[in-house]
Amino acid sequence: MLELFAANMAPWMFGSLVVFLLIGFPVAFSLGACGLFYALVGIELGLMPASIMQALPLRIVGIMQNDTLLAIPFFTFMGLILERSGMAEDLLDTIGQLFGPIRGGLAYAVIFVGAMLAATTGVVAASVISMGLISLPIMLRYGYDRRVASGVIAASGTLAQIIPPSLVLIVLADQLGQSVGTLYQGALLPALMLTGLYGVYVAVISVMRPQWVPAMPASARTLFESTPGLGRKSRFQLGARVTLVLIPPLALIFLVLGTIFLGIATPTEGGAMGATGALAIAIARQRLDLPLLQQAMQSTARLSCFVLFILIGSTVFSLSFQAVDGPKWVEHLLTALPGGVVGFLIVVNVLIFLLAFFLDFFELAFIVVPLLAPVATALGIDLVWFGVLLAVNMQTSFMHPPFGFALFYLRSVAPDREYTDTVTGKRIAPVTIGQIYRGAIPFVMIQLVMVALIIAFPGLVDRGHAVETTIDADAALRQMQTDQNAADAADAASTATAPDGNSADEDPLKALQQAVEADRTAPPK
Amino acid sequence: MLALSRFIDRFNDAVGRFVAWLVLAAVLVSAGNAVVRKLFNTSSNAFLEVQWYLFSAVFLLAAAQTLLRQEHVRIDLLSARLSARSRAWIDVFGIVCFLFPLVAVVIDLSLPLLTRAYFSGEMSGNAGGLIRWPVLALLPLGFGLLGVQGVSELIKRVAFLRGDLPESPVRAPPNETGSS
Repeated sequence: MLELFAANMAPWMFGSLVVFLLIGFPVAFSLGACGLFYALVGIELGLMPASIMQALPLRIVGIMQNDTLLAIPFFTFMGLILERSGMAEDLLDTIGQLFGPIRGGLAYAVIFVGAMLAATTGVVAASVISMGLISLPIMLRYGYDRRVASGVIAASGTLAQIIPPSLVLIVLADQLGQSVGTLYQGALLPALMLTGLYGVYVAVISVMRPQWVPAMPASARTLFESTPGLGRKSRFQLGARVTLVLIPPLALIFLVLGTIFLGIATPTEGGAMGATGALAIAIARQRLDLPLLQQAMQSTARLSCFVLFILIGSTVFSLSFQAVDGPKWVEHLLTALPGGVVGFLIVVNVLIFLLAFFLDFFELAFIVVPLLAPVATALGIDLVWFGVLLAVNMQTSFMHPPFGFALFYLRSVAPDREYTDTVTGKRIAPVTIGQIYRGAIPFVMIQLVMVALIIAFPGLVDRGHAVETTIDADAALRQMQTDQNAADAADAASTATAPDGNSADEDPLKALQQAVEADRTAPPK
Repeated sequence: MLALSRFIDRFNDAVGRFVAWLVLAAVLVSAGNAVVRKLFNTSSNAFLEVQWYLFSAVFLLAAAQTLLRQEHVRIDLLSARLSARSRAWIDVFGIVCFLFPLVAVVIDLSLPLLTRAYFSGEMSGNAGGLIRWPVLALLPLGFGLLGVQGVSELIKRVAFLRGDLPESPVRAPPNETGSS
């Protein structure tokens, strides 16, 4: 009995993990506890060396040193500041004016602004909440179908997860050992296509069910409360206003994405620049005060904290999981699938899609992706392409009824009781959670179509060209140096050879090689 | 005991508020580094390392406050259907069996690292880099505060289960309150 258990530690461990997580205690600690528990069992049964956890502190230091993960607080902070800077409101008002008079126009405006906000920040909550507060009442006022209105807002908000600079792509790049810049570049075309598909869906509705997405009446173009001065102004003035509101987001997009794609800045630096830019915009608009700043900083600190602690927990887990040859077990399981690469991709995508019902992407990225990456490599799958594929798939985790976060955010700002519209004086019924759920389903389907498209046409994911590698050589080198494993190894080496490590310091590449070498040969401390 | 718990809560909340400022510092230092690197084609290893020292301080020292505010994510697929009392029991179990052992192991393993770095005066491997021990000290310190916060959370759960606290300290899942 005990032997049977010992021989099948990996499946047992994986099964226990599911139980540990489902208990409902914070994921970070459950993960870590599961790792510790099996380390104890493994040591007791003589399956693991007693020193199994000795590597833990250095691994955590590796996480602390990780330059890529530093981008998480930067982009979060940027998103939180922008949320309050009033930029989203201005965009929605003006773009709504521009597109409103055509059928489905308000929905197009939401998609457009959603993509725009997504390209400046990587935070879903901010986009969904601002669009839910501003666009939803307007769409309801002019008789939009509630399902379409709420679906389009939730879906456009989740674009922040796939359009660079998204947090998902940062975390995936880290877990897959790829550079963030390359993953950003690869995700760009699929993200834009996805945005396009949302638009196509609205267009189809406006033909098939025109009463669901009516055009704003001409008189309504004056009715945006927050721009009372606009009125019946000439096209020229509307044009001028559109240009004016587009300048701040476009400037930010250039500051962040432009510099990253041109190879001027690393994603982390881009994030820092973007956050500084967002602060500048908020100050210029006189929206920045001390409570707002403090609130943004504290939310950023806590979000970074919970993300990084999940990573620490999964590090503890993976130390024991590796000791029981867990990754090999997963690899055997997944490479033995019928259908080879295609079979693997289908199973993985179905798995991620199902797991996304109750795990959010941080958990998926830190628990599931490390198990999949070696298998993908063994099957000869390009990891950048694989990362983009997973990112598109994981985006559904925000829209799955009933646990999708975007749906929660929308629910929290959607009217939950009947109210009188301030402009038309009509009574407006509340938006029910059922309507939000049903509205999300077509967009989840579109998402799956996109996953299928990426599998069918791998060329959609831009793998970067020779130009990219030469421009980014500098950034890539630093990326390499800060890559978690390298950092672990380097740290191990520097503690081992601290006093006489000077010669290695002069040549970083040599130092790296030595460090890797030392890590390989050094006995576990 | 509840007084002790209140003291811990206030203390860790204050620590959390303080380290939040380091987010701003990290943003400005990092943006400054990027600009200096491009404009003057030079960079300071010390300032590059300050970035991750600050970031580490933020997420390690804010861990206790994050626990206090219950923002470490949970999978509440099943627990959302349970009563407030059951959720409190889950937390008691989790704090004692999951959180405390993890905290103890990390502190136990990181202290030798810290003392070695402190007494050897270990410096960063990069030229002009910073001294190592302060950042290594964050590890036992952050986990220590987390453990102390665990004690406070445990006191609150037990008080609730004994009927000494009127309201459940376990926040209801978002789909019940409608705000997240």
